[in-house]
Amino acid sequence: MKRETASQTAGPYVHIGLAPEAAGFHIFENNFGAVLVSPETKGERVRIEGRVFDGIGTVLKDVLIEIWQANAEGKYAHPADRQPGKHIDPHFRGWGRACTDFESGVYAFETVKPGPVEGRNGRVMAPHINAWIVARGINIGLNTRIYFSDEAEANAKDPVINLIEWEARRKTLIAERLDAEARNGAAVYRFDIRLQGENETVFFDV
Amino acid sequence: MELHREPRPDAEFLMRDTTSHPLACTPAYKTSVLRSPKLALISLQQSLSEVTAPVFDASELGPNDNDLILNYAKDGLPIGERIVVHGYVHDQLGRPLRNALVEVWQCNASGRYRHKKDQYIGALDPHFGGCGRMLTDTNGYYAFRTIKPGPYPWRNRVNDWRPAHIHYAISGDGWVQRLVTQMYFEGDPLIRSCPILCVVPSEEQIRGLIALQDTGAFVPLDSRAYRFDIVLRGHRATLFENSVQQTPVDDDGPLPGRPEAGRTLSEGGSAATAASVEAP
Repeated sequence: MKRETASQTAGPYVHIGLAPEAAGFHIFENNFGAVLVSPETKGERVRIEGRVFDGIGTVLKDVLIEIWQANAEGKYAHPADRQPGKHIDPHFRGWGRACTDFESGVYAFETVKPGPVEGRNGRVMAPHINAWIVARGINIGLNTRIYFSDEAEANAKDPVINLIEWEARRKTLIAERLDAEARNGAAVYRFDIRLQGENETVFFDV
Repeated sequence: MELHREPRPDAEFLMRDTTSHPLACTPAYKTSVLRSPKLALISLQQSLSEVTAPVFDASELGPNDNDLILNYAKDGLPIGERIVVHGYVHDQLGRPLRNALVEVWQCNASGRYRHKKDQYIGALDPHFGGCGRMLTDTNGYYAFRTIKPGPYPWRNRVNDWRPAHIHYAISGDGWVQRLVTQMYFEGDPLIRSCPILCVVPSEEQIRGLIALQDTGAFVPLDSRAYRFDIVLRGHRATLFENSVQQTPVDDDGPLPGRPEAGRTLSEGGSAATAASVEAP
Protein backbone atom coordinates (compact mmCIF):
# COMPACT_ATOMS: atom_id res chain seq x y z
CA MET A 1 0.00 0.00 0.00
CA LYS A 2 1.26 3.45 -0.81
CA ARG A 3 2.08 6.00 1.85
CA GLU A 4 0.18 9.25 2.03
CA THR A 5 2.20 12.14 0.58
CA ALA A 6 4.02 13.91 3.40
CA SER A 7 2.44 17.06 4.75
CA GLN A 8 4.34 20.35 4.70
CA THR A 9 3.54 23.67 6.28
CA ALA A 10 1.26 26.01 4.35
CA GLY A 11 3.80 28.75 5.10
CA PRO A 12 3.34 32.47 5.71
CA TYR A 13 2.00 33.16 2.24
CA VAL A 14 -0.82 30.62 2.18
CA HIS A 15 -3.14 33.48 1.23
CA ILE A 16 -1.66 33.69 -2.26
CA GLY A 17 -2.97 30.29 -3.16
CA LEU A 18 -6.12 30.00 -1.08
CA ALA A 19 -7.22 33.61 -0.56
CA PRO A 20 -5.36 35.85 -3.02
CA GLU A 21 -7.51 38.88 -2.21
CA ALA A 22 -6.13 38.69 1.34
CA ALA A 23 -2.59 38.53 -0.06
CA GLY A 24 -3.36 41.84 -1.74
CA PHE A 25 -4.18 41.12 -5.36
CA HIS A 26 -7.07 40.19 -7.58
CA ILE A 27 -6.68 37.23 -9.92
CA PHE A 28 -9.64 34.82 -9.84
CA GLU A 29 -13.13 35.79 -10.86
CA ASN A 30 -14.65 33.44 -8.28
CA ASN A 31 -13.04 33.38 -4.86
CA PHE A 32 -13.67 30.88 -2.08
CA GLY A 33 -14.36 32.75 1.12
CA ALA A 34 -15.78 33.01 4.60
CA VAL A 35 -19.42 33.69 3.71
CA LEU A 36 -21.21 30.36 3.37
CA VAL A 37 -24.73 31.74 3.07
CA SER A 38 -26.74 33.47 0.38
CA PRO A 39 -30.12 35.14 0.98
CA GLU A 40 -31.90 31.90 -0.03
CA THR A 41 -30.03 29.65 2.41
CA LYS A 42 -32.30 28.02 4.98
CA GLY A 43 -31.48 28.22 8.66
CA GLU A 44 -30.47 30.40 11.57
CA ARG A 45 -27.73 32.85 10.62
CA VAL A 46 -24.66 32.65 12.81
CA ARG A 47 -21.33 34.38 12.81
CA ILE A 48 -18.39 32.37 14.18
CA GLU A 49 -15.45 34.52 15.11
CA GLY A 50 -12.33 34.26 17.18
CA ARG A 51 -8.59 34.39 17.34
CA VAL A 52 -5.76 31.86 17.31
CA PHE A 53 -3.06 31.87 20.01
CA ASP A 54 0.36 30.26 20.15
CA GLY A 55 1.96 28.59 23.18
CA ILE A 56 2.75 31.87 24.97
CA GLY A 57 -0.53 33.60 24.17
CA THR A 58 0.54 35.55 21.11
CA VAL A 59 -2.33 36.33 18.73
CA LEU A 60 -1.44 34.81 15.35
CA LYS A 61 -2.14 36.84 12.23
CA ASP A 62 -1.16 34.45 9.46
CA VAL A 63 -3.55 31.56 10.01
CA LEU A 64 -5.98 30.06 7.52
CA ILE A 65 -9.02 28.15 8.77
CA GLU A 66 -11.43 26.09 6.73
CA ILE A 67 -14.78 24.84 7.96
CA TRP A 68 -17.05 22.05 6.73
CA GLN A 69 -20.52 21.55 8.12
CA ALA A 70 -23.97 20.11 7.61
CA ASN A 71 -26.87 22.36 6.68
CA ALA A 72 -29.67 23.52 8.97
CA GLU A 73 -31.36 20.10 8.67
CA GLY A 74 -28.16 18.33 9.61
CA LYS A 75 -27.30 17.04 6.16
CA TYR A 76 -23.99 17.28 4.37
CA ALA A 77 -24.01 18.32 0.71
CA HIS A 78 -22.19 15.16 -0.31
CA PRO A 79 -23.42 11.91 -1.88
CA ALA A 80 -22.19 9.82 1.05
CA ASP A 81 -24.75 11.40 3.37
CA ARG A 82 -27.77 9.04 3.17
CA GLN A 83 -29.57 10.17 6.31
CA PRO A 84 -33.26 9.54 5.69
CA GLY A 85 -35.70 12.43 5.59
CA LYS A 86 -33.08 15.14 5.29
CA HIS A 87 -32.56 17.28 2.22
CA ILE A 88 -29.69 19.07 0.59
CA ASP A 89 -30.14 22.83 0.59
CA PRO A 90 -29.18 23.87 -2.96
CA HIS A 91 -28.10 27.23 -1.57
CA PHE A 92 -25.65 25.87 0.97
CA ARG A 93 -22.46 23.91 0.29
CA GLY A 94 -21.30 24.08 3.90
CA TRP A 95 -17.66 24.85 3.20
CA GLY A 96 -15.67 28.04 3.63
CA ARG A 97 -12.27 29.44 4.44
CA ALA A 98 -11.20 32.48 6.43
CA CYS A 99 -7.91 34.15 7.25
CA THR A 100 -7.04 35.75 10.54
CA ASP A 101 -6.82 39.51 10.02
CA PHE A 102 -3.27 40.84 9.59
CA GLU A 103 -3.94 43.59 12.17
CA SER A 104 -6.42 42.22 14.71
CA GLY A 105 -5.89 38.49 14.29
CA VAL A 106 -9.66 37.98 14.18
CA TYR A 107 -11.21 35.47 11.77
CA ALA A 108 -14.93 35.24 11.07
CA PHE A 109 -17.36 33.02 9.17
CA GLU A 110 -20.92 33.88 8.16
CA THR A 111 -22.90 30.68 8.08
CA VAL A 112 -25.98 28.89 9.45
CA LYS A 113 -26.19 26.80 12.54
CA PRO A 114 -26.01 23.15 11.44
CA GLY A 115 -28.58 20.60 12.52
CA PRO A 116 -27.64 17.44 14.41
CA VAL A 117 -26.07 14.65 12.32
CA GLU A 118 -26.28 10.88 12.71
CA GLY A 119 -23.05 9.58 14.21
CA ARG A 120 -21.66 6.10 14.41
CA ASN A 121 -24.00 3.35 15.58
CA GLY A 122 -26.93 5.70 15.19
CA ARG A 123 -25.83 7.99 18.03
CA VAL A 124 -26.75 11.56 17.24
CA MET A 125 -23.97 14.13 17.16
CA ALA A 126 -24.75 17.58 18.52
CA PRO A 127 -24.69 20.43 16.01
CA HIS A 128 -21.07 21.08 15.15
CA ILE A 129 -18.76 22.52 12.53
CA ASN A 130 -15.54 20.80 11.50
CA ALA A 131 -12.52 23.08 11.38
CA TRP A 132 -9.07 22.63 9.84
CA ILE A 133 -6.23 25.00 10.69
CA VAL A 134 -3.04 25.63 8.73
CA ALA A 135 -0.33 28.26 9.04
CA ARG A 136 3.36 28.91 9.03
CA GLY A 137 4.86 26.68 11.73
CA ILE A 138 2.08 24.08 11.52
CA ASN A 139 3.63 21.04 9.86
CA ILE A 140 0.37 19.17 9.43
CA GLY A 141 -3.13 20.67 9.39
CA LEU A 142 -4.96 20.58 12.73
CA ASN A 143 -8.51 19.24 12.95
CA THR A 144 -10.98 20.31 15.58
CA ARG A 145 -14.74 20.77 16.02
CA ILE A 146 -16.81 23.79 16.92
CA TYR A 147 -19.87 23.07 19.11
CA PHE A 148 -22.41 25.63 20.36
CA SER A 149 -22.79 26.85 23.94
CA ASP A 150 -26.60 27.02 23.68
CA GLU A 151 -26.81 23.30 22.87
CA ALA A 152 -25.76 22.13 26.33
CA GLU A 153 -28.16 19.20 26.39
CA ALA A 154 -27.13 17.86 22.99
CA ASN A 155 -23.46 18.50 23.76
CA ALA A 156 -23.74 16.45 26.96
CA LYS A 157 -24.80 13.43 24.88
CA ASP A 158 -22.44 14.00 21.97
CA PRO A 159 -20.36 10.87 21.31
CA VAL A 160 -17.27 12.83 20.29
CA ILE A 161 -17.26 15.27 23.19
CA ASN A 162 -17.72 12.30 25.49
CA LEU A 163 -14.66 10.61 24.04
CA ILE A 164 -12.51 13.27 25.64
CA GLU A 165 -11.51 11.73 28.90
CA TRP A 166 -10.38 15.02 30.44
CA GLU A 167 -13.64 16.82 31.10
CA ALA A 168 -11.85 20.12 31.61
CA ARG A 169 -10.70 20.02 28.00
CA ARG A 170 -14.17 19.60 26.51
CA LYS A 171 -14.97 23.28 26.89
CA THR A 172 -12.25 24.13 24.38
CA LEU A 173 -14.62 22.86 21.68
CA ILE A 174 -17.59 25.02 22.68
CA ALA A 175 -18.17 28.31 20.88
CA GLU A 176 -19.68 30.83 23.28
CA ARG A 177 -22.86 32.56 22.17
CA LEU A 178 -22.61 36.34 22.66
CA ASP A 179 -26.20 37.56 22.51
CA ALA A 180 -25.17 41.13 23.20
CA GLU A 181 -23.12 41.18 20.01
CA ALA A 182 -25.70 39.82 17.61
CA ARG A 183 -25.59 41.79 14.38
CA ASN A 184 -27.42 41.80 11.05
CA GLY A 185 -29.75 39.16 12.42
CA ALA A 186 -26.90 36.74 13.07
CA ALA A 187 -26.05 35.36 16.48
CA VAL A 188 -22.35 35.76 17.22
CA TYR A 189 -20.35 32.88 18.65
CA ARG A 190 -16.77 33.25 19.81
CA PHE A 191 -14.43 30.36 19.17
CA ASP A 192 -10.80 30.96 20.10
CA ILE A 193 -8.19 28.37 19.23
CA ARG A 194 -5.16 27.74 21.43
CA LEU A 195 -2.50 25.79 19.61
CA GLN A 196 -0.50 25.00 22.71
CA GLY A 197 -0.28 25.66 26.44
CA GLU A 198 -2.96 26.54 28.94
CA ASN A 199 -6.42 25.46 27.73
CA GLU A 200 -4.91 23.96 24.61
CA THR A 201 -7.70 23.28 22.14
CA VAL A 202 -8.60 19.65 21.61
CA PHE A 203 -7.33 18.55 18.20
CA PHE A 204 -8.39 15.30 16.63
CA ASP A 205 -6.52 12.59 14.82
CA VAL A 206 -9.26 11.74 12.36
CA MET B 1 -7.64 -9.06 -0.96
CA GLU B 2 -10.43 -7.05 -2.43
CA LEU B 3 -9.02 -3.68 -1.58
CA HIS B 4 -9.55 -2.41 -5.08
CA ARG B 5 -13.30 -2.82 -5.09
CA GLU B 6 -15.13 0.44 -5.26
CA PRO B 7 -15.72 1.62 -1.72
CA ARG B 8 -19.13 2.64 -0.46
CA PRO B 9 -19.13 6.41 -0.58
CA ASP B 10 -19.60 6.48 3.18
CA ALA B 11 -16.81 4.00 3.84
CA GLU B 12 -14.12 5.06 6.25
CA PHE B 13 -10.68 6.20 5.25
CA LEU B 14 -7.56 4.38 6.36
CA MET B 15 -6.13 5.54 9.64
CA ARG B 16 -3.48 8.19 9.11
CA ASP B 17 0.03 6.79 9.42
CA THR B 18 1.65 9.57 11.40
CA THR B 19 5.11 8.25 10.54
CA SER B 20 4.56 9.53 7.00
CA HIS B 21 4.57 13.13 8.20
CA PRO B 22 6.74 15.54 10.16
CA LEU B 23 6.02 15.77 13.87
CA ALA B 24 4.14 18.89 14.97
CA CYS B 25 7.15 20.24 16.88
CA THR B 26 10.34 20.22 14.82
CA PRO B 27 12.87 22.60 16.44
CA ALA B 28 14.99 22.86 13.27
CA TYR B 29 11.99 24.72 11.85
CA LYS B 30 11.83 27.24 14.65
CA THR B 31 8.33 28.61 14.12
CA SER B 32 6.86 25.17 14.83
CA VAL B 33 8.02 25.25 18.45
CA LEU B 34 5.25 27.51 19.78
CA ARG B 35 2.63 26.50 17.22
CA SER B 36 2.56 22.76 17.90
CA PRO B 37 0.06 21.12 20.24
CA LYS B 38 1.79 19.56 23.25
CA LEU B 39 -1.09 17.28 24.21
CA ALA B 40 -1.91 14.11 22.33
CA LEU B 41 -4.42 14.35 19.53
CA ILE B 42 -7.73 12.66 20.38
CA SER B 43 -8.27 9.73 18.01
CA LEU B 44 -11.69 9.72 16.46
CA GLN B 45 -13.47 6.96 14.61
CA GLN B 46 -14.85 8.55 11.48
CA SER B 47 -18.43 9.69 11.08
CA LEU B 48 -20.26 11.48 8.28
CA SER B 49 -18.44 14.61 9.39
CA GLU B 50 -15.10 13.10 8.42
CA VAL B 51 -15.96 11.04 5.32
CA THR B 52 -17.76 13.82 3.47
CA ALA B 53 -16.16 16.91 1.96
CA PRO B 54 -17.06 19.82 -0.29
CA VAL B 55 -17.84 18.97 -3.90
CA PHE B 56 -16.44 21.25 -6.60
CA ASP B 57 -17.49 21.88 -10.14
CA ALA B 58 -15.46 23.02 -13.13
CA SER B 59 -17.84 25.95 -13.62
CA GLU B 60 -16.44 27.50 -10.44
CA LEU B 61 -12.99 27.87 -11.99
CA GLY B 62 -11.89 30.21 -14.74
CA PRO B 63 -10.34 29.06 -18.03
CA ASN B 64 -6.86 30.36 -17.13
CA ASP B 65 -6.90 29.36 -13.49
CA ASN B 66 -4.33 26.60 -14.15
CA ASP B 67 -2.11 28.72 -16.38
CA LEU B 68 0.17 30.77 -14.13
CA ILE B 69 1.99 32.13 -17.17
CA LEU B 70 -1.15 33.82 -18.42
CA ASN B 71 -3.49 34.24 -15.46
CA TYR B 72 -1.91 37.46 -14.21
CA ALA B 73 -0.12 38.64 -17.34
CA LYS B 74 -1.05 42.16 -18.41
CA ASP B 75 0.70 43.33 -21.58
CA GLY B 76 3.61 40.91 -21.51
CA LEU B 77 4.77 37.57 -20.17
CA PRO B 78 6.39 36.73 -16.83
CA ILE B 79 10.16 36.28 -16.74
CA GLY B 80 11.74 32.93 -15.96
CA GLU B 81 11.89 29.30 -17.01
CA ARG B 82 8.66 28.10 -18.52
CA ILE B 83 7.60 24.73 -17.11
CA VAL B 84 4.66 22.36 -17.07
CA VAL B 85 3.93 20.52 -13.82
CA HIS B 86 1.69 17.51 -14.05
CA GLY B 87 0.82 14.25 -12.33
CA TYR B 88 -1.85 12.08 -10.80
CA VAL B 89 -3.71 12.20 -7.52
CA HIS B 90 -4.43 8.70 -6.19
CA ASP B 91 -5.47 7.34 -2.86
CA GLN B 92 -3.29 4.92 -0.92
CA LEU B 93 -5.04 1.97 -2.55
CA GLY B 94 -4.24 3.24 -6.02
CA ARG B 95 -7.66 4.60 -6.93
CA PRO B 96 -7.65 7.83 -8.92
CA LEU B 97 -9.11 10.83 -7.12
CA ARG B 98 -11.55 12.37 -9.55
CA ASN B 99 -12.64 15.98 -9.36
CA ALA B 100 -10.17 16.72 -6.57
CA LEU B 101 -9.46 20.42 -6.13
CA VAL B 102 -5.73 21.12 -6.50
CA GLU B 103 -4.62 24.63 -5.53
CA VAL B 104 -1.02 25.76 -6.02
CA TRP B 105 0.96 28.85 -5.10
CA GLN B 106 4.58 29.94 -5.40
CA CYS B 107 7.02 32.82 -5.62
CA ASN B 108 8.26 34.15 -8.95
CA ALA B 109 11.56 33.44 -10.70
CA SER B 110 13.46 35.81 -8.39
CA GLY B 111 12.14 34.25 -5.21
CA ARG B 112 9.59 36.96 -4.42
CA TYR B 113 6.00 36.30 -3.45
CA ARG B 114 3.16 38.56 -4.51
CA HIS B 115 2.03 39.06 -0.92
CA LYS B 116 1.74 42.21 1.10
CA LYS B 117 3.85 40.71 3.89
CA ASP B 118 6.78 39.58 1.72
CA GLN B 119 9.64 42.09 2.04
CA TYR B 120 12.35 40.19 0.16
CA ILE B 121 14.51 42.35 -2.09
CA GLY B 122 13.92 40.06 -5.10
CA ALA B 123 11.82 41.93 -7.65
CA LEU B 124 8.12 41.45 -8.18
CA ASP B 125 7.17 40.48 -11.71
CA PRO B 126 4.29 42.62 -12.98
CA HIS B 127 3.06 39.73 -15.08
CA PHE B 128 3.14 37.00 -12.47
CA GLY B 129 0.57 36.40 -9.72
CA GLY B 130 1.78 33.05 -8.47
CA CYS B 131 -1.35 31.00 -7.88
CA GLY B 132 -3.46 28.54 -9.80
CA ARG B 133 -6.10 25.89 -9.29
CA MET B 134 -7.65 22.99 -11.16
CA LEU B 135 -9.76 19.88 -10.77
CA THR B 136 -8.40 16.42 -11.51
CA ASP B 137 -9.98 14.55 -14.42
CA THR B 138 -11.54 11.09 -14.29
CA ASN B 139 -8.07 9.53 -14.14
CA GLY B 140 -6.98 11.76 -11.27
CA TYR B 141 -4.75 13.71 -13.65
CA TYR B 142 -3.90 17.38 -13.23
CA ALA B 143 -1.59 19.75 -15.09
CA PHE B 144 -0.65 23.39 -14.91
CA ARG B 145 1.80 25.71 -16.60
CA THR B 146 3.99 28.12 -14.71
CA ILE B 147 7.37 29.81 -14.28
CA LYS B 148 9.90 27.87 -12.25
CA PRO B 149 10.05 29.52 -8.81
CA GLY B 150 13.37 30.75 -7.46
CA PRO B 151 14.95 29.94 -4.10
CA TYR B 152 14.88 32.64 -1.41
CA PRO B 153 16.33 33.34 2.04
CA TRP B 154 14.07 33.20 5.08
CA ARG B 155 14.31 33.98 8.76
CA ASN B 156 15.17 30.76 10.51
CA ARG B 157 18.94 30.53 10.74
CA VAL B 158 20.64 33.49 9.04
CA ASN B 159 21.69 31.60 5.95
CA ASP B 160 18.68 29.36 5.52
CA TRP B 161 17.36 29.36 1.98
CA ARG B 162 14.23 27.63 0.84
CA PRO B 163 14.82 25.34 -2.13
CA ALA B 164 12.65 26.23 -5.11
CA HIS B 165 9.19 24.85 -4.33
CA ILE B 166 5.52 25.04 -5.19
CA HIS B 167 2.89 24.85 -2.45
CA TYR B 168 -0.07 22.51 -2.92
CA ALA B 169 -3.43 22.20 -1.18
CA ILE B 170 -5.56 19.22 -2.20
CA SER B 171 -9.17 18.52 -1.35
CA GLY B 172 -10.39 14.97 -2.02
CA ASP B 173 -13.55 12.95 -1.37
CA GLY B 174 -13.44 13.16 2.42
CA TRP B 175 -12.57 15.87 4.92
CA VAL B 176 -9.83 13.62 6.35
CA GLN B 177 -8.03 13.61 2.99
CA ARG B 178 -7.35 17.35 3.10
CA LEU B 179 -3.63 17.83 2.60
CA VAL B 180 -1.22 20.74 2.30
CA THR B 181 2.27 20.06 1.05
CA GLN B 182 5.14 21.41 -1.04
CA MET B 183 6.73 20.14 -4.22
CA TYR B 184 10.48 20.47 -4.82
CA PHE B 185 12.60 20.16 -7.95
CA GLU B 186 15.02 17.33 -8.72
CA GLY B 187 18.66 18.37 -8.47
CA ASP B 188 18.22 21.44 -6.25
CA PRO B 189 21.28 21.60 -3.93
CA LEU B 190 19.24 23.38 -1.24
CA ILE B 191 16.93 20.41 -0.72
CA ARG B 192 19.20 18.52 1.66
CA SER B 193 19.64 21.38 4.09
CA CYS B 194 16.06 22.66 4.19
CA PRO B 195 14.75 22.64 7.78
CA ILE B 196 11.17 22.40 6.55
CA LEU B 197 11.76 19.43 4.24
CA CYS B 198 14.34 17.59 6.35
CA VAL B 199 11.89 17.09 9.20
CA VAL B 200 9.95 14.68 6.98
CA PRO B 201 10.78 11.44 8.75
CA SER B 202 12.04 9.17 5.99
CA GLU B 203 14.08 9.33 2.83
CA GLU B 204 11.21 7.67 0.97
CA GLN B 205 8.79 10.36 2.07
CA ILE B 206 11.23 13.15 1.20
CA ARG B 207 11.72 11.68 -2.26
CA GLY B 208 7.96 11.67 -2.64
CA LEU B 209 8.03 15.48 -2.49
CA ILE B 210 10.68 15.94 -5.17
CA ALA B 211 9.35 16.25 -8.71
CA LEU B 212 11.40 14.61 -11.42
CA GLN B 213 12.14 16.25 -14.72
CA ASP B 214 9.87 14.55 -17.26
CA THR B 215 11.49 14.87 -20.67
CA GLY B 216 8.66 12.98 -22.34
CA ALA B 217 6.29 15.78 -21.48
CA PHE B 218 8.50 18.66 -22.64
CA VAL B 219 6.74 21.06 -24.96
CA PRO B 220 9.16 21.37 -27.91
CA LEU B 221 10.90 24.76 -28.11
CA ASP B 222 8.66 26.03 -25.31
CA SER B 223 8.70 24.41 -21.86
CA ARG B 224 10.32 21.74 -19.74
CA ALA B 225 8.11 19.50 -17.63
CA TYR B 226 8.10 18.07 -14.11
CA ARG B 227 6.09 15.16 -12.83
CA PHE B 228 4.58 15.24 -9.33
CA ASP B 229 2.19 12.55 -8.13
CA ILE B 230 0.20 12.88 -4.93
CA VAL B 231 -1.20 10.18 -2.65
CA LEU B 232 -4.12 10.93 -0.34
CA ARG B 233 -5.60 8.78 2.45
CA GLY B 234 -7.10 5.52 1.17
CA HIS B 235 -10.83 4.96 0.98
CA ARG B 236 -11.50 1.49 2.34
CA ALA B 237 -13.55 -0.91 0.24
CA THR B 238 -16.35 -2.79 1.95
CA LEU B 239 -14.03 -5.59 2.89
CA PHE B 240 -15.43 -5.45 6.38
CA GLU B 241 -18.44 -3.56 7.57
CA ASN B 242 -16.99 -0.12 7.93
CA SER B 243 -19.62 2.35 6.83
CA VAL B 244 -20.27 5.19 9.19
CA GLN B 245 -24.06 5.28 9.05
CA GLN B 246 -26.85 2.76 9.46
CA THR B 247 -28.90 3.73 6.43
CA PRO B 248 -28.30 1.04 3.83
CA VAL B 249 -26.77 1.96 0.53
CA ASP B 250 -28.04 0.04 -2.50
CA ASP B 251 -24.85 -1.37 -3.96
CA ASP B 252 -26.43 -1.74 -7.39
CA GLY B 253 -27.92 1.71 -7.66
CA PRO B 254 -25.67 4.35 -9.16
CA LEU B 255 -24.82 7.09 -6.75
CA PRO B 256 -24.45 10.56 -8.09
CA GLY B 257 -20.88 11.18 -9.07
CA ARG B 258 -19.12 14.18 -7.71
CA PRO B 259 -19.50 16.37 -10.80
CA GLU B 260 -23.26 15.83 -10.90
CA ALA B 261 -23.62 16.62 -7.24
CA GLY B 262 -21.50 19.71 -7.79
CA ARG B 263 -23.74 20.92 -10.58
CA THR B 264 -26.74 20.46 -8.35
CA LEU B 265 -25.18 22.80 -5.86
CA SER B 266 -23.72 25.41 -8.12
CA GLU B 267 -26.71 25.73 -10.41
CA GLY B 268 -29.16 26.08 -7.62
CA GLY B 269 -30.36 22.50 -7.87
CA SER B 270 -33.66 21.36 -9.30
CA ALA B 271 -36.02 19.23 -7.25
CA ALA B 272 -35.24 16.33 -9.56
CA THR B 273 -31.48 16.36 -9.01
CA ALA B 274 -31.87 16.90 -5.29
CA ALA B 275 -34.24 13.92 -5.19
CA SER B 276 -31.78 11.74 -7.06
CA VAL B 277 -29.23 12.38 -4.34
CA GLU B 278 -31.81 11.12 -1.86
CA ALA B 279 -32.88 8.04 -3.81
CA PRO B 280 -32.17 4.77 -2.01
